[in-house]
Amino acid sequence: MYKIIKKEKMAHDSIVLNEIEATQIAKKAKPGQFVILRVDETGERIPLTMANVDKEKGTITIIYMIVGKSTRSFSMLEVGDGYQDCVGPLGEPTKIKKKGNVVCVGGGTGTAVLHPITKGMYEAGNRVITILGARNKDYLIMEKEMRKVSDEVRICTDDGSKGRHGLVTEELKEILETQKIDEVVAIGPVPMMKFVSLLTKEFDVPTIVSLNPIMIDGTGMCGGCRVTIGGKTKFACVEGPEFDGHQVDYGSLIRRLDAYKHEEEHSNECMFAEGLR
Amino acid sequence: MINVKDLTKKERRQIPRQEMTERHPKQRAKYFDEVTLGYSLKEAQFEAARCIQCKDPTCIKGCPVSINIPGFLEMIVEDNLNDAIDKVWEATALPAVCGRVCPQEIQCEEVCIVGLKKGTEPVGIGNLEMFIADWARANNVKNSAEIPPSTGKKVAVVGSGPAGIAVAGDLAKKGHEVTIFEAFHKAGGVLLYGIPEFRLAKNVVAYEIEQLESLGVKIEYNSVVGRTIDVDELLEEMDYDAVFIGVGAGLPNFLGIPGEDLNGVFSANEYLTRANLMRAFEFPKYDTPIIPGKNVAVLGAGNVAMDSARTALRLGAKSVKIVYRRTRVESPSRHIELHHAEQEGVEFEFLTSPLEFIGSANGKLTGINCEKMKLGEPDEDGRRRPVPIKDSQFFIDCDLAIISIGTTANPLLTNVTDGLELNEWGNIKADPKTGKTTKNAVWAGGDITLGQATVILAMGTGRDAAKSIDEYLRRI
Ligand SMILES: Cc1cc2nc3c(=O)[nH]c(=O)nc-3n(C[C@H](O)[C@H](O)[C@H](O)COP(=O)(O)OP(=O)(O)OC[C@H]3O[C@@H](n4cnc5c(N)ncnc54)[C@H](O)[C@@H]3O)c2cc1C
Ligand SMILES: Cc1cc2nc3c(=O)[nH]c(=O)nc-3n(C[C@H](O)[C@H](O)[C@H](O)COP(=O)(O)OP(=O)(O)OC[C@H]3O[C@@H](n4cnc5c(N)ncnc54)[C@H](O)[C@@H]3O)c2cc1C
Ligand code: SF4
Ligand code: SF4
Ligand code: FES
Repeated sequence: MYKIIKKEKMAHDSIVLNEIEATQIAKKAKPGQFVILRVDETGERIPLTMANVDKEKGTITIIYMIVGKSTRSFSMLEVGDGYQDCVGPLGEPTKIKKKGNVVCVGGGTGTAVLHPITKGMYEAGNRVITILGARNKDYLIMEKEMRKVSDEVRICTDDGSKGRHGLVTEELKEILETQKIDEVVAIGPVPMMKFVSLLTKEFDVPTIVSLNPIMIDGTGMCGGCRVTIGGKTKFACVEGPEFDGHQVDYGSLIRRLDAYKHEEEHSNECMFAEGLR
Repeated sequence: MINVKDLTKKERRQIPRQEMTERHPKQRAKYFDEVTLGYSLKEAQFEAARCIQCKDPTCIKGCPVSINIPGFLEMIVEDNLNDAIDKVWEATALPAVCGRVCPQEIQCEEVCIVGLKKGTEPVGIGNLEMFIADWARANNVKNSAEIPPSTGKKVAVVGSGPAGIAVAGDLAKKGHEVTIFEAFHKAGGVLLYGIPEFRLAKNVVAYEIEQLESLGVKIEYNSVVGRTIDVDELLEEMDYDAVFIGVGAGLPNFLGIPGEDLNGVFSANEYLTRANLMRAFEFPKYDTPIIPGKNVAVLGAGNVAMDSARTALRLGAKSVKIVYRRTRVESPSRHIELHHAEQEGVEFEFLTSPLEFIGSANGKLTGINCEKMKLGEPDEDGRRRPVPIKDSQFFIDCDLAIISIGTTANPLLTNVTDGLELNEWGNIKADPKTGKTTKNAVWAGGDITLGQATVILAMGTGRDAAKSIDEYLRRI
């Protein structure tokens, strides 16, 4: 069992943070890598990025949004409970280098995934501007943590309750128009990553995105996580999850993420019918 | 009642091959229970009595691990089942598995003297191996081999497939301390996530794993060697004296034709893993979903393709077609699997090659454009090469396609392990007799050295490696 030693809820309880005991994973984890968790014997294997790692304590932190049955089951675990399985670190770590001026763009829970990367970029000596986007100010996460690892943080909300009233791409466009940016890292909902990539392409700024296709094993065995990058098939769990944003076939990714929509809804309904066991 | 023991040699020779009872094809194609029901003791004794106890038993030469076949068959005839299973265990760690899934017809049974005679069938060696192993399991008979005192030597085994199971069992029996590191949350490798329940019940595999644990073998689940821990860490920081790598074949091949990213196009590995390991056939009790196709096309015609096709039937498909570039004769599948698939209603489109997957506007598979082939000149391995027939394109209507055209070596571990030499296909180079790799204190076996092979061959490499590792451990 992988014990939960800390649990926090945020954004109207729609997002949950767990700090989990996983010594061996913590020892090896690098920014950008993820784990696959299974709640119990009948559970699905669910990939989540490590938002933080404490090598001394031997813990990893995950931050996830409750979107369906599995994440809802996760959210019912309390401190002292544990996940039956946790495997990792999986995926290739982010290639963190000193580039100069870097913009990190986070949307929704993507911010959690972005945090260790931003930290890495900052510690590598880059000047980091972070743009965080959310529906409204209550759904904004990790602002404080991000401020610690950025030279500048800009906020965008859909309803204008905090920061800019508008999309992260508008904020990014202003920056690209006025400053020389060497790299952009964008992590969030697929449409956000798509539009960020379209924009940075115009400005010819290299862009990294982190893809979240449906996965099972996470070791390159099933091919379920395949994505199309520059016309070639790649397995996101071993060759990713980060890719050159300008090469990604977003349409294909969006379609594949919906492959089990019907079954997922059914699973959710069953869970509610059973009274959230 | 006839007592088999009392039959004369001549009478024995007149016994027909005892067919194993199977569930009715149309019934069994609806659920996942095992197709074969096993022999009764009487049936087993009659079948075993068909063996003429050759002086120079060719069957043993046909078996990759040289089981003393006439030896254990005669013990079955004599009702001496305890000794029979011990005899089998001398040579194999997984009789219940091999009895079920070995391609016997091209191994032990192909060269059985009885079968070589015109008009007679070979002795049902595989069936009898399954019988004796199932008997041992049902009666909780334990391997009577005694475990010597601990040698204090530690061995790490990477992967819990047949190769890993064999190496771990043999080394534990020699008194070494063995730990298996397995990437998944369960042990068994392909036996668990690949070969379906209806061909190899998962409680059979679970039992074999329990046997290993009762020998003192420890299993660390959720441990991806190369990510969670490295081979060099095992050797240097964790004080393992030797490492055996049995990580299997892994990486699924795709066709590389347009439309492969459509929803409804699966690799067989994904489809079977969802169904077997994650038990998607019990969705929503189990959380992992699967797309239950109505019209299914399986591309390829090996064992894996047969397993995928028959799984699709059991998940409720109306029609399942196997699409293959060559003909039935060239199909690399076991005869019995192809036969079972056919019995259950799987259709075959031989001499057909896929050109493109076609989908709807929302990205769902609706069919495959195919073309007809004919067999041309033989290629290097003597198989006649399929060549397209001009203007023969046609459309196969399907909402689920399962690509089953083999796998290549998974580079996850080999990419990050220094000193391991690979061959041109990415398989680990290992001494064919001992499994020793080019890296100090590291052995390898199974599909990662052989390419895609069989359970018994993987197990055989494991046993060879265990011998070599044992010798090494006694030397250092
Ligand atoms: C490498 C990677 C890192 C991720 N990191 C995070 C993270 O840090 N925080 C976070 O909130 N989310 C993250 N995700 C997404 C997260 O895995 C999904 O939200 C989760 O699997 C949903 O499961 P569910 O049963 O609760 O929802 P469901 O109702 O089953 O599905 C909701 C949606 O989630 C996606 N999904 C379903 N099953 C899987 C699966 N097995 N693998 C991947 N996606 C799936 C599908 O697109 C689906 O439409 C990550 C995904 C990947 C691949
Ligand atoms: C669907 C299907 C049907 C088949 N049918 C037959 C049949 O009827 N008869 C027959 O003889 N053969 C059959 N085979 C082939 C046979 O199963 C394989 O040859 C055999 O299982 C290979 O054994 P192995 O021990 O080398 O590897 P595997 O069985 O592949 O096991 C490898 C294990 O290593 C684990 N692993 C992988 N990477 C790592 C890592 N980095 N760290 C830790 N663990 C890792 C995997 O999770 C897995 O558990 C079939 C194969 C498939 C896929
Ligand atoms: S292990 Fe396979 S080849 Fe050997 S006797 Fe058994 S069935 Fe035949
Ligand atoms: S070859 Fe056939 S008949 Fe001869 S010993 Fe082997 S099983 Fe018996
Ligand atoms: S998740 Fe199976 S290959 Fe990537």
